[in-house]
Amino acid sequence: MLHYLARRLAASLLILLGVSIVTFGLTFMIPADPVAMIAGRNSTPQMRDNIRIQLGLDKPIPEQYARYLGRLVTGNLGMSYARKSEVGPLVVSRLPPTLLLMLGAIIAELLIGIPAGIYAATRRGRFADKAAMTLSFVSVSTPQFVLGLTLLYLFAYLWNWFPLGGYGKLSNLILPALTLGLAGGGWYSRMMRSSMIEVLRNDYIRTARAKGMSEWRVTMKHGFRNAILPIVAMIGLDVGIFMSGVVVVENVFGWPGIGQLMWQAIQSLDIPVIMGVTIVAACFIVLGNLIADLVSPLIDPRIRSR
Amino acid sequence: MKKLLISAVAALALLAAAPLAMADAPKQGGQATVTFNNDLTTLDPQVGYDWQNWSVIKSIFDGLMDYKPGTTELVPDLAESYTVSDDGLTYTFKLRDGVKFHNGRTMTSADVKYSFERAVNPATQSPGGGYFGMIAGYDDVVGGKATTLSGIETPDDKTVIFKLTRPDATFLHLMAINFGYVVPKEEVEKAGADWGKKPVGTGAFKFVEWVPGQSIKLERNKDYFRAGVPYLDGVTFEFGQDPTVAVLRLKKGEIDIVGDGIPPAQFAELMADPANKPLIAEGDQLHTGYVTMNVTQPPFDNVKVRQAVNMAINKDRIVRLINNRGVPASQALPPAMPGYNPDNKGYGYDPEGAKKLLAEAGVGEINTELYVMNVDPNPRIAQAIQQDLAAVGIKAEIRSLAQAEVIAAGGAGKAPMIWSGGMAWIADFPDPANFYYGILGCAGAVEGGWNWSRYCNKALDERATKADAMVKDDQKDARITEWKAIFDDVLKDAPWAPIFNEKRFTYHSERLGGDATLFTDPIHIPVNYDYIYARDAQ
Repeated sequence: MLHYLARRLAASLLILLGVSIVTFGLTFMIPADPVAMIAGRNSTPQMRDNIRIQLGLDKPIPEQYARYLGRLVTGNLGMSYARKSEVGPLVVSRLPPTLLLMLGAIIAELLIGIPAGIYAATRRGRFADKAAMTLSFVSVSTPQFVLGLTLLYLFAYLWNWFPLGGYGKLSNLILPALTLGLAGGGWYSRMMRSSMIEVLRNDYIRTARAKGMSEWRVTMKHGFRNAILPIVAMIGLDVGIFMSGVVVVENVFGWPGIGQLMWQAIQSLDIPVIMGVTIVAACFIVLGNLIADLVSPLIDPRIRSR
Repeated sequence: MKKLLISAVAALALLAAAPLAMADAPKQGGQATVTFNNDLTTLDPQVGYDWQNWSVIKSIFDGLMDYKPGTTELVPDLAESYTVSDDGLTYTFKLRDGVKFHNGRTMTSADVKYSFERAVNPATQSPGGGYFGMIAGYDDVVGGKATTLSGIETPDDKTVIFKLTRPDATFLHLMAINFGYVVPKEEVEKAGADWGKKPVGTGAFKFVEWVPGQSIKLERNKDYFRAGVPYLDGVTFEFGQDPTVAVLRLKKGEIDIVGDGIPPAQFAELMADPANKPLIAEGDQLHTGYVTMNVTQPPFDNVKVRQAVNMAINKDRIVRLINNRGVPASQALPPAMPGYNPDNKGYGYDPEGAKKLLAEAGVGEINTELYVMNVDPNPRIAQAIQQDLAAVGIKAEIRSLAQAEVIAAGGAGKAPMIWSGGMAWIADFPDPANFYYGILGCAGAVEGGWNWSRYCNKALDERATKADAMVKDDQKDARITEWKAIFDDVLKDAPWAPIFNEKRFTYHSERLGGDATLFTDPIHIPVNYDYIYARDAQ
């Protein structure tokens, strides 16, 4: 187990290095000049050159990357072009809301998706199954902006059950988490359903029923426990999706997450911030997948760590 | 008894009428909340150059000059008075007494000198430092040979003397721009890289706190040198708020101003509701939206082709596309700008005339590209322009890209046509010179410059410089007349096709009072927070 962990950690570090190289390289392929954005529209060529030298952007690309990497390993994520302040604290300040929203959304997804999936699987082919799958289809297809605004309008504006967006209290979390949870729940319900159908086909299920076990215990104790594995892997992927920023939902609900930060940075070509958010997000994605990989053998002992 | 009753009733009637009569007099007190979609990047006056932070900085800091609220009229601010030498090369400002920074220290002339030096110092990376190029010693500071401006002298604590290398009629406007706002050296040095997040100025509002990504709080500066203002006790700015949701929050009374303006999708609906009439302030902006044509590349190197483009575009239709949030433009300068020529109707909509000109030019069928910023409504506007051009035989392929990419293409001189929407020129100060040098003059027609049509008319450049040398008060009118003539000639050459001038609409809550011009202030964009007040203040 320790051996497995060590190998996965080494692989994770390599992945992060690769992410930093690719992102760094991509920023040079953008056909736009960050110095022009910093210097503003009244700048002279001399001012632009001054800024270019100050930021070290006149050096060859490999050298710029080496300096960047050197700073990165000491935890220095550089200075934002637009704000002229440090990127590290800027990104860190956005992490708590982002993590909170991710947690809320994953809980909502699972609470909606898993029961729906199990329900549909156990009533396969019948009306309940078709209804559940249609609902999941609708929730997955609805644009987040539409869903979020509709929920806000109904529950916050018209009926006053929740605040109109914002961040701070638990009541602020419910609607954005629900918006993300409804769409994600659609995915999870389908996964759960097909996984359950697979599992319920097995001989040991028939044996359990023959033993006289109640249907409920058969479904939950034998069926669910074996069917849950793909879901765990999906959660790992989900962490990745949420940590790369759910800009639309953040914008609709005024949630100060990492997505909004990234979006603004992209628009103003604030490359240090783009790099900073990407690296931090990559760390969380790798971590999330690592945890999912470590938890899988615990759920299913058949997965041997090679 | 009757007499007593009558007088009592009369007194009561007067009392009842009194609050109504006082209803529109500004009251001291109350708070206001403003929302923005984007985060504020910095509150450093020498650096901040965004839509959002421009007016917030104006409330925290002051400059030597300012404008009468809601107007484009220059008045002294931190300066009590000034004199200009006959040759226009020396400006002497006498500073006001009793101006204190928010940390309690009295402002002196040394602070003024420090602030301008900070603006031109390359280490600050100020986007506006270039404006002060006429101050003696500028070249040495920018070249790294000096850290102080030899052209600013401070013979005593209350006097600042600027020595210029050339006369510049826009100099007083430059004394009112954010980049020249006065900052206290000790606070800047103490805060270091955090200065933009912890501003200390002399302005009407004091900075209280900044919760990153969420909100900024300001409170009234009780020691402000102007008695009686600001009226509000505090202003809170909230970020990351989608304008559509902000409108809902305003209707519920949670916020007071939608800082980004009314979302286009809801504009028609909000304007149609009569209950909103007193809540939506409408004002002119110093803005023009235009199509640039690259005059160094065929076919736009032929003036007839450029004039044909001007005549081919149906400006009324485009204004309708944006729900009448603007007026069709006949020339480069907006109507609110001095130097605007109301008698010059420009090129009217005349597709037949356009076709004739194209035939005369003999360029055959034209295939070109129209660059546009990919945020609504600009792609729709580009499509309308594309259709109008196709009707006269010009095929324009639309390139809808991110703002930074379009700016880069324009700066590189690669784009044959660019629709300026979303990137275009709003004047930094209300003077025609600001609409010329950077975007129509030879200085801007270089790599990375904003003169995307690469239009370089040396004769006009000379006339512009001569006009800006007319610094005396009695030359003001003659100078504006000359600028009017310069822009008339620019229009004849048609490096641009001006399309419309946007109007500003600010939606605010019922409880905020103030003249409509304060909510659509042409200088304190979008709102002049110093002079608005809360009607329900106790």
